Amino acid sequence: MSIWSYANPRKFLDTTEPWVPRLMWLSAAVLAVGLVWGFFFTPEAERFGSSVKIIYLHVPSALMAINAWLMMLVASLIWLVRRHHVSALAARAAAPIGMVMTLIALVTGAIWGQPMWGTWWAWDPRLTSFLILFLFYLGYIALWAAIPDPDSAADLTSVLCLVGSVFAILSRYAVNFWNQGLHQGASLSLDAQENVADVFWLPLLVCMAGFVLLFVALVLLRTGTEIRARRITALRARARRAEPVRA
Amino acid sequence: MRALLARDLRLAVRAGGGFGLGLAFFLIVVVLVPFGVGPETAILARIAPGILWVAALLAALLSLDRIFALDHEDGSLPLLATAPLPLEMLALAKALAHWITTGLPLVVAAPVLGVLLHLPGAAMPWLLVSLALGTPALSLIGTFGAALTVGLRRGGLLLSLIVLPLYVPVLIFGAEAARRGAEGLPAATSLLLLAGIGLGCAALLPFATAAALRVTLR
Amino acid sequence: MMDLGKYAVEVISAWGVSLALLAGLVWWSVRRGRIVRAELKKVERDHG
Repeated sequence: MSIWSYANPRKFLDTTEPWVPRLMWLSAAVLAVGLVWGFFFTPEAERFGSSVKIIYLHVPSALMAINAWLMMLVASLIWLVRRHHVSALAARAAAPIGMVMTLIALVTGAIWGQPMWGTWWAWDPRLTSFLILFLFYLGYIALWAAIPDPDSAADLTSVLCLVGSVFAILSRYAVNFWNQGLHQGASLSLDAQENVADVFWLPLLVCMAGFVLLFVALVLLRTGTEIRARRITALRARARRAEPVRA
Repeated sequence: MRALLARDLRLAVRAGGGFGLGLAFFLIVVVLVPFGVGPETAILARIAPGILWVAALLAALLSLDRIFALDHEDGSLPLLATAPLPLEMLALAKALAHWITTGLPLVVAAPVLGVLLHLPGAAMPWLLVSLALGTPALSLIGTFGAALTVGLRRGGLLLSLIVLPLYVPVLIFGAEAARRGAEGLPAATSLLLLAGIGLGCAALLPFATAAALRVTLR
Repeated sequence: MMDLGKYAVEVISAWGVSLALLAGLVWWSVRRGRIVRAELKKVERDHG
């Protein structure tokens, strides 16, 4: 049996529906462990004081903001190539989640920036890229909402997602070129010499896992909702077409 | 393709809005800036490259929704699509027509407005070259955005929301080249990157535009 | 309550805003899911 059998909306719903509450609770538990661990049982960092605790929300949300866009890109490609409706709807379902994640990353970053860099907002490359990513999410969601025909909407937003991805990467490097920033370099990469100490790294890892689980649960839940909403529209349209015959 | 280009240009000239409106908008934005930031020569000279670039970008944005809207309303878009000309070439021709009616006048008018903003003389050639290289990319990206929003009600607002984030790289490299030129720094890198983006857009975006048009015409 | 030192305001507000946004997202998704599910039941009964 191939993975494509889940492209059938009925089968997708039947399979994922029982998993949504389970994943929700699991992610809540993992997040609770990670966040409580991070908030109460980690020491303060030398330079950052207690403000280092913001990292447990800032980094995972930033991670998911990018991962959500990647997921939308893959789902859009699957829709364009194989025309599975579930895939297009999953991309649509993921967009608001990604947008909220971007917003969290921006807000926590701004609040963190105030004591650390002495300013709420600096036109730092990473902050700027995230702001641009936020605008991309806005445009993508607005385009979905504006087009009445569902198939055209799926097609056009997929094309926008592809083109937008290219331009998002382009902006990332353009912004880097434009202003060297305040952000520290990749202190979380696995091969870096100077890595974050384990006391911070382990709870952060748990938080990241919690965010991933939450994202998966929400995408499944919202995709199910989109499938049902689509079915409502289809049923109503069919009823409308049938109406004149009956009259 | 040449016939289509000539037709679009003729239509733009007859409608009167094509050449004039974007240019007038460009002029007004540039005139408004000193009222906003004060008339000091030093400040104006410093921000002039950026202001001119942002104003040019907004002026280009203003006329985007007209690229396909007229053809969509009078029903000639499906006819154009069934013509032997591939849709990709149609997209390219439309972008070119938009550039000739909007981008080119902006490039020509930029030095005059640069004088108004006390743009240093040394920066003038850099500004011109960066605008000349950057505005075609703006037209190409805008044509893509216009194709996505053809026939939508309130498409104009949505169009700006979609297109503006896509303009970011062009704006950064274009304004950077003009600014470096103004400060006497080497600006060739920005110009090369800007040209690269422009050529990349010309090579790839017509395909995306054509794909979007095919969906709308289905 | 633990002592957060001089960054207490920043840490608390950052956590507050983030958790509120997350909770809002979850609440909105769940609520919309319920509404659409109920609506589909109704539509399926009417037009099924």
